Amino acid sequence: MRSQKYGARLLRAQSAAVQPHLRFSQRWSSSISQKPGAAGVRFPGAVDSKFTSAISFEQPSTYPAMQTYRAMSPDGDIISPTVTPPSDSEALTLYENMVAVSIMDVIMFDAQRQGRLSFYMTSQGEEGTCVGSASALEKEDVIFNPGRGRNMPVHYGSKELNIHTISSPLATQIPQAAGAAYALKMQRLADPNIPPRIVACYFGEGAASEGDFHAALNIAATRSCPVVFICRNNGYAISTPTLEQYRGDGIASRGTGYGIDTIRVDGNDIWAVREATKRARELALTDGGKPVLIEAMSYRISHHSTSDDSFAYRARVEVEDWKRRDNPITRLRKYLEKKGLWDDEKEKDARGRIRKEVLKAFSEAEKEKKPPLRSMFEDIYEEITPETRRQMEELKGVIDRYPEEYNVGEFVGGKDSLSK
Amino acid sequence: MRVPARLYSRGLSLCIPQAPRIVSREQRFRPYSTHPPNARLNIPTDFSSTPLLAHTSQTALRNPELPPEVRNDSTKRMNLFQSINDALSLALAADESVLLFGEDVAFGGVFRCSMNLAENYGSERVFNTPLSEQGIIGFAIGAAAEGMKAVAEIQFADYVYPAFDQLVNEAAKFRYRDGKEGRHAGGLTVRMPCGGVGHGALYHSQSPESLFTHIPGLRVIMPRSPIQAKGLLLSAIASNDPCIFMEPKALYRAAVEQVPTAHYTLPLSKAEVLKEGKDVTVVSYGHPLYTCTAAIEAAERDFGISVELIDLRTVYPWDKECVLKSVRKTGRCLVVHESMISAGIGAEVAASIQGDKETFLRLEAPVMRVAGWDTHMALLFERFNIPDVARVYDAIKQAIEY
Repeated sequence: MRSQKYGARLLRAQSAAVQPHLRFSQRWSSSISQKPGAAGVRFPGAVDSKFTSAISFEQPSTYPAMQTYRAMSPDGDIISPTVTPPSDSEALTLYENMVAVSIMDVIMFDAQRQGRLSFYMTSQGEEGTCVGSASALEKEDVIFNPGRGRNMPVHYGSKELNIHTISSPLATQIPQAAGAAYALKMQRLADPNIPPRIVACYFGEGAASEGDFHAALNIAATRSCPVVFICRNNGYAISTPTLEQYRGDGIASRGTGYGIDTIRVDGNDIWAVREATKRARELALTDGGKPVLIEAMSYRISHHSTSDDSFAYRARVEVEDWKRRDNPITRLRKYLEKKGLWDDEKEKDARGRIRKEVLKAFSEAEKEKKPPLRSMFEDIYEEITPETRRQMEELKGVIDRYPEEYNVGEFVGGKDSLSK
Repeated sequence: MRVPARLYSRGLSLCIPQAPRIVSREQRFRPYSTHPPNARLNIPTDFSSTPLLAHTSQTALRNPELPPEVRNDSTKRMNLFQSINDALSLALAADESVLLFGEDVAFGGVFRCSMNLAENYGSERVFNTPLSEQGIIGFAIGAAAEGMKAVAEIQFADYVYPAFDQLVNEAAKFRYRDGKEGRHAGGLTVRMPCGGVGHGALYHSQSPESLFTHIPGLRVIMPRSPIQAKGLLLSAIASNDPCIFMEPKALYRAAVEQVPTAHYTLPLSKAEVLKEGKDVTVVSYGHPLYTCTAAIEAAERDFGISVELIDLRTVYPWDKECVLKSVRKTGRCLVVHESMISAGIGAEVAASIQGDKETFLRLEAPVMRVAGWDTHMALLFERFNIPDVARVYDAIKQAIEY
């Protein structure tokens, strides 16, 4: 029926074309026509396609796999002539950020094993992608990633840093990132004093199988949204290897199908990720805005989460191999050592200091009281509804009548916060 | 493919803007549904005389919910799609952050609700999206999260399900999970045509409002008339909560009334007592209110009773107090809606009535539900599925005879 509709539209356009008294400008902008002897009919769905008399199917196997951009060798040498690593002091900061993430991961992972928090997810092996790409963004840029009290652990968000709060459903944030990018574009159109901003949207290769990935890349392209999609292809979605996730050339090969500029980079190479993100940011802001896709290749060294034992589906030796052979932290360390900026002693000092900071923050957080029970009922709507108020009272009544059945002391204000 | 050929043939055509056709429902519906020759109850609504519509400027402006400056202003005769178009135009004019998009919105929409808006407000603010409901709503949530007022259209309520995850897990929970950071997707309004139209069958007739009323965080609204559609839609767009705005498509052309031309809003989560009565309370919303009005007229005449009619307007969070107050007075209640009986709005209303200690004691008859049967909307059986005047009349009779 939809085709009928467009059919009707075409008919109108064509009938307009054969009436000489009608000016060209009066035709539909989508109108098309066949010129005699043309190499291709301008089918509206593919206006640049040429005819061929040879029947042949395009075969993915005839296309070489998209290349992986690398700026720094595994030994820490710069190999890309066009890359510009940051200043020495910034390089050191980025290194410490990566180390800090890995130290926090170990402490939090152990804490979960001791039952001190309900859940955790580490980022071992992917510190380069996160830290490298973030270092190429501006502070005003908006970030979407794949919580507190209400949400599970690791579901972070920060208004100050323009990082939208993480939610568990996979890929839902990808079309949201496109819409947010469109908002940024419109806001700058309305007020040129606003600095140019982009949205960076992160997701894994597993999430890219969701319908929302397709929806997002398509709408981002058709609406020319300044968004950089950053796919972290780490080889696994929980237990599912990429062979069972897709049969094309990774995620990157899909980008061009949507009309999106695309690059594949070595995710263990912080300078490659940083350079690609920097260029992608510039690209995303050209021609009034357009989406860009980066596929960062890495390996998930850690388990999927604290609820997962990955040795149930992959060999321990494979993991150990990646951990030792190619790791974003050790690669950057080699770079810093070659420049004479780092050594064993500095490493020891830094690790000791960061560990202390993380443990301090951890014990402070453990001592903090939990938020008031009332917050369970707040922020559902802008205002609490009368019905919800009644339910708060009802819960308070139950706790009043059965005080032995509930621990309310660990929440700020106890049960009293439930009063109207 | 979305629009059945019959909708086109009935004047819901694409591409050609049309003036409102003022024809009675009886004339327009004749080719598809003639009523039985001896029918006394099940005769089509006469929209030109129904008391639910403001046929004169004076009646329209008498509405006490309108602010004084609007009541002193003018009115214009509009049908439902025109009043929605008017509301969208006023919203776009008043606030630069308002965006309007969906499938086929740019040329005016398959139901003409967005006519001339792309021309007047620019293709950057009123635009077509690719055909992907999850994409439309995900995109809208993102835009809303960055401070825009995103008015997204789903071409038919029947096609909202691909976007269900985005609505349930994202839009509804955005404010809650952001906590103290305070960000939300409240700028989101999702418009969708809903309800039976006589021949829409399985996928052009659904009323999925109950699926949304089970989700904390969403406001679910269904107007009954052009005046309401304009005021409630402008409220929904202004609201800082994500709103699902369901438009009974059978009323797009059928319901015509004098609509105030100024910008005005009508309160959300507030029911309206359309007619006071003392013996039975009838609760409904959207299109079936016309059926209820006809049934009430017949019942009052035949049984010498008086019936109170309540329009919920917002089905969630709903105005429970208004309904309970009425039922405490009448002691009898029936709830009428198009969507299926089980787990529908009627279930919630009935349970709330029996669950309220004071109202429970005043009940003199079981709460009755007159609604679509627990089946799908089969093409040839629509008129046996959607509550008609006879079924509402019969329920009123049973309530008073209990």
